[in-house]
Amino acid sequence: MSTTYSTHAYTPGLRVCWCTSVRKERRLPLPGEVLVRKGQTVSQDQIVARTEVPGEVQIVNAASLLEIEPEELERCMLKKVGEMVEKDEIIAFRKGFFGLTKKYVKSPIRGKIEYFSGTTGNVSIRAEPTKIEIDAYIPGNVVETLSNEAVVIETKAALIEGIFGIGGERKGEIYIGVEDPSEEISPENVNERCRGKIVVGGSTASFEAIKRAADFGARGLIVGGLEFKQIKEILGYEIGVAITGHENLSLTIILTEGFGRLEMAKKTFNILKTFEGYNASINGATQIRAGVIRPEIIIPLQKEECREEAEILSSSLKPGTKVRVIRHPYFGCLGRVVDLPIEIDCVEAECQVRVAVVELQNGRKVKVPRANIELFDW
Amino acid sequence: MQLTLTSQQNIENLRLILATDVGSTTTKARLFKKMENGEYRFISSGEAPTTVEKPFEDVTVGLKNAIREIEELSGYKLLAESTETSILMPFNGRDAGVDLYVSTSSAGGGLQMIVAGVVKTMTTESSERAALGAGAIIMDSLSIDDGIPLHKKIEKLRFLRPDMILLAGGTDGGTKTHVLEMAEVIRAAEPKPRFGVSYRLPVVFAGNKVAAPDIVSMLSEKFFVKVTENIRPVLEIENVEPARNIIHEIFMEHVMSHAPGYEKLVKLVSVPVMPTPAGEGKMMRTIAEAYGINVLGVGLGGATTNIYSVYEGKFVRSVSANLGMSYSIGNVLKSAGVKNIVRWLPFEINESELYDRVGNKMIRPTTIPQTLEDLMIEHAIAREAIRLGFQHHKSLARELKGVHRERTISDVFEQEVKETYIDMKKINMIIGTGGLLSHTPRRQQAALILIDAFQAEGVVRLTVDSAFMMPHLGVLSTVHPRAALEVLEKDCLVRLGTAVVFSGTSEKDKIIGHVQLKTGSETYSLDVRYGELYCIPIGLNVKANLQAKPESDFDVGVGKGKTVSATLDGGVVGVIIDGRGRPLTLPEEPDERKRLLLKWFSAINAYPLKVGEEI
Repeated sequence: MSTTYSTHAYTPGLRVCWCTSVRKERRLPLPGEVLVRKGQTVSQDQIVARTEVPGEVQIVNAASLLEIEPEELERCMLKKVGEMVEKDEIIAFRKGFFGLTKKYVKSPIRGKIEYFSGTTGNVSIRAEPTKIEIDAYIPGNVVETLSNEAVVIETKAALIEGIFGIGGERKGEIYIGVEDPSEEISPENVNERCRGKIVVGGSTASFEAIKRAADFGARGLIVGGLEFKQIKEILGYEIGVAITGHENLSLTIILTEGFGRLEMAKKTFNILKTFEGYNASINGATQIRAGVIRPEIIIPLQKEECREEAEILSSSLKPGTKVRVIRHPYFGCLGRVVDLPIEIDCVEAECQVRVAVVELQNGRKVKVPRANIELFDW
Repeated sequence: MQLTLTSQQNIENLRLILATDVGSTTTKARLFKKMENGEYRFISSGEAPTTVEKPFEDVTVGLKNAIREIEELSGYKLLAESTETSILMPFNGRDAGVDLYVSTSSAGGGLQMIVAGVVKTMTTESSERAALGAGAIIMDSLSIDDGIPLHKKIEKLRFLRPDMILLAGGTDGGTKTHVLEMAEVIRAAEPKPRFGVSYRLPVVFAGNKVAAPDIVSMLSEKFFVKVTENIRPVLEIENVEPARNIIHEIFMEHVMSHAPGYEKLVKLVSVPVMPTPAGEGKMMRTIAEAYGINVLGVGLGGATTNIYSVYEGKFVRSVSANLGMSYSIGNVLKSAGVKNIVRWLPFEINESELYDRVGNKMIRPTTIPQTLEDLMIEHAIAREAIRLGFQHHKSLARELKGVHRERTISDVFEQEVKETYIDMKKINMIIGTGGLLSHTPRRQQAALILIDAFQAEGVVRLTVDSAFMMPHLGVLSTVHPRAALEVLEKDCLVRLGTAVVFSGTSEKDKIIGHVQLKTGSETYSLDVRYGELYCIPIGLNVKANLQAKPESDFDVGVGKGKTVSATLDGGVVGVIIDGRGRPLTLPEEPDERKRLLLKWFSAINAYPLKVGEEI
């Protein structure tokens, strides 16, 4: 069997680091105002940019209400484009036959006349804009400001990328709810102490435990896995594609390994346990498509707390590389690559694939399609 | 590197051609070579995960990985020594470089569009066909007469993040009020483009030409407006090609440039990058035209399911944006329901376990089945994705008569009452492409998936794309049509064989017809029993004369009880005689259903198991 020294066709894994430089771009949905400058230190909750989202528009068919042709609308308009109007204020008016009848058009909302057309006879009124503010999300230094759209903040932090999450950005103290990463967090361990915290379970959590976490005001829950069906129980609807982050939930849930009952990787658990009591920023937003977004747990650290390490994710797959198997029948198993045969091989399903021979943590050597492993520093 | 291909001679001199498809999940590289006899052949392939994810966030990294696989397998050196991905050009005549590099792409979520028209069944439907034909995914379609109040339309549009809007409406010189009203809605909603907030969202106007100046003045301040020929210049004519061309142009200039690493890819290719479905669709049309037949095709991808039909000259593409085998696999389970998936499985599986496996495939989209059980689950889901995609397709393939691009007023009214003009008994060939169908460990699996999912009828040839290269050939055909056709014939289309289907319902085991197949040397004769599947080993490049005599309440394509005589093509699977009836129904009772499935799988040797054997 000939062996390749390394290969490049593999799945990059998720980052789990004791300390790294984390940069977060805080982008406005529309251009607006950036409130901080480059070099400035910001706190987690500090507002760094704001903008106004244009208000909703109401279109009124004024010509038909006035019973005129669209081209006659202009002379009946009482308000000009750009002028403010109150709700129910008359914006167009026509006197009828010898002044005996009067026709009015009232504005359905408070807003500004944006446009009227002599072709369609419509008038559009735009409501006042809605203010949007974005905070720093992580404490750190402003390293970049992008004109009137975005701010980049950098900090040293422990970083854990999850595989799937629901719920958006949340901040809170890390609270460890289990002794061991293989343990399921029991409902009894979810109590008043979880209020305002980001609770770390082990392998999984029951629906009851999740419900209690929400009832006790926990801000987040991090576990190895949940049954895919539980997501429906939690949200009240099924998820078809992994694009999440906007769910209406009081707590954000992050899975570090996948769906099912899955022991949380030891390194992940150890990082969380080491930094219990630290303030973290988490986000469940997941988008497994273009411009991939993975859920994240960021634990900002002081410089002296940093434990720098070499990251394996940018290296190539070669004998000795630490990996995680990400498909049945060895789903979730961790191991090291021992061989990368160059020849195409055949697995049980009769798929002709390139394989890697992986020595699992229990010492067993198994053959796995290379597509079914990811680089993972356990 | 945009190549100047000024003369036919330059084109004929292309010796080694590299083509890639940067898919949503996998980047696939294919190498084609001009052989000594002047014929073009496929010689090597390489694949690697598409790298839109961190830490790379640059599609050219995955591209390089896929090309490197070709280098390892073929011995040709294709990549230049450089930190950036760079293709060696031209071919040195021995072992390095290529003369042409072309690519398609659907990474970055493909091309996502909103279409808007005046009358739902006329201009909006034409706009949908134009956008879909250009390879787009339609996020939403709006019409003046769709029953949604204007303010609700605005509200819907405000939160969408498309790559482009196609606006049509009105015949040339007719009333412009309604299409302007739709433009007012777009202006008021001001949807933002998906990538970046700094550039203006493109709006293609393909409506009443008299309204064009008003549209430009109304929208230009906030949008990038491009005017093209009216999609419905008069009521009787549908003219989608100019709009499609403009959509392609804008896709290249505005959309692609905003996906991670695309600016690099665009510099590498010799001719413009084409959306993957547009490349795939081009080849489906080429096949139908080359053989003069009706074709039904499916591109079963990771994120989407594209269905193509070329029926009596009319080409229609539909895309089910959220039905796919990886990113969107959860949605297939959600849309089809557990029961419909499980009905194709010959073994028990706990519902939670099925959900978890599907969920894990969704979040780890590049993984492949290692066990037989996992493979069968994916095949069950594939059947349902195609079935649902075809249901959607039929709602678009609704014209009744007339040549392509031309429809009469009577067609317009007739189409409202018919679900589709596609008659399965008149489909001559079914083509499957996409990772799953091209890579089934046994070709029998692909044949059965296509028959089951489309519920094939009559006498129909079955083919699959051998190594997923139809998009590659589609874009290659824009430069070198002969090369694309030769590779298609010799290396791309795998002839699985022909299906002979008995439509109707009866009682189990009852004889529903008789089939005789004669080749030059052999005669096969069999009574067809209801509920049975048979496979007759008529091999590749072998023709057989068929006589299929159905019983009076069964139809093999020409009418109930009528005998079909035809010359059939064999293939790598053979001739499949399908006596399971139509519509195809599976027993409700689980054990009976499992037994039957195993029997069918065994009849065509689809999986490595025998009848009754537990997995």
